[in-house]
Amino acid sequence: MSDIAERVKNIVVDHLGVEASKVTENASFIDDLGADSLDTVELVMAFEEEFGVEISDDAAEKILTVKDAIDYIQSQQG
Amino acid sequence: MTDLSDLPTGSLMQGKRGLIMGVANDRSLAWGIARAVAAQGARLAFTYQGDALKKRVVPLAEQIGVEHVLECDVGSDEALDATFAEIKDKWGGLDFVVHAIGFSDKRELDGRYVDTTRANFALTMDISCFSFTAVAQRAAALMGPGGSMLTLTYFGAEKVMPHYNVMGVAKAALEASVRYLAEDLGKDGIRVNSISAGPIKTLAASGIGDFRFILKWNEFNAPLRRNVSIEDVGLSGLYLLSDLSRGVTGETHHVDAGYHAVGMVAVDTAGDTAELLSGMANKA
Repeated sequence: MSDIAERVKNIVVDHLGVEASKVTENASFIDDLGADSLDTVELVMAFEEEFGVEISDDAAEKILTVKDAIDYIQSQQG
Repeated sequence: MTDLSDLPTGSLMQGKRGLIMGVANDRSLAWGIARAVAAQGARLAFTYQGDALKKRVVPLAEQIGVEHVLECDVGSDEALDATFAEIKDKWGGLDFVVHAIGFSDKRELDGRYVDTTRANFALTMDISCFSFTAVAQRAAALMGPGGSMLTLTYFGAEKVMPHYNVMGVAKAALEASVRYLAEDLGKDGIRVNSISAGPIKTLAASGIGDFRFILKWNEFNAPLRRNVSIEDVGLSGLYLLSDLSRGVTGETHHVDAGYHAVGMVAVDTAGDTAELLSGMANKA
């Protein structure tokens, strides 16, 4: 697993207080991990801070799963 | 209990009972103020609106020993009456109140101010401006001489800032209302002030477009060449809520690393600013 994927998963585990085993790449923040709409905003803010990237509102709306987040951050850092 | 060792501890707020309205999460300016006054012995109550915020506020309140956590929708007179009745019932009186609440339709914090709708103008003014007056009416009835009220504002009230739009207009009205409240309540020894904080990445700020640009601009051009933190706001809040500021009322106190004082791009960081601008130009 890439370093970015690992860090994204750690943030999700930490923020949502879920078990690491549940944070699979295809897990949906809202449907599978119990996030509410404020959690999704807070997660995006945490990703921005951790990776030093800016995630616009339009991009943030498309980040629904763990994989979406990893892919977006990789595309910004690539 | 949380660790408050990053803050000055003491007894400046010993025996003072304060209501803090508007903590949303651990990035909130109101949370910075709550921690700073808690480290000086204040007794606290928090209000929140709705279950999504309750879930965040309750664990924070526990961290610093907040005595009461109450639900309050500041858009409702009945809800405000119930909140202050409960404070009166539990504490018998109140020494300070912090109002850290604002709202506007996110879609209007982008694009042009001139396109603001009547409905969102009214809602923004009601929640971001009038609610402080509505709080002051009720808080003053529980306060004696030495009482202190504090609200939060932003430089976008004084000068045009990108995307701030109708919120800037509401904050200008809020700052004016601080002065009128200071006059009315000063006769009873109650002080009313605001903190105009520099940009900080909070949940509320997540609704404002190009926020990273605004943060960087401030960092490169504020006299202190940095952004401010919620701890900076908290410590200035401590001053305004404690008797240290007993001769201060009607004030808009800037906690913005000095940005409000400058009139032009800083020369020594002009290269950083130029790079920032060219990044924005490429994006546009």
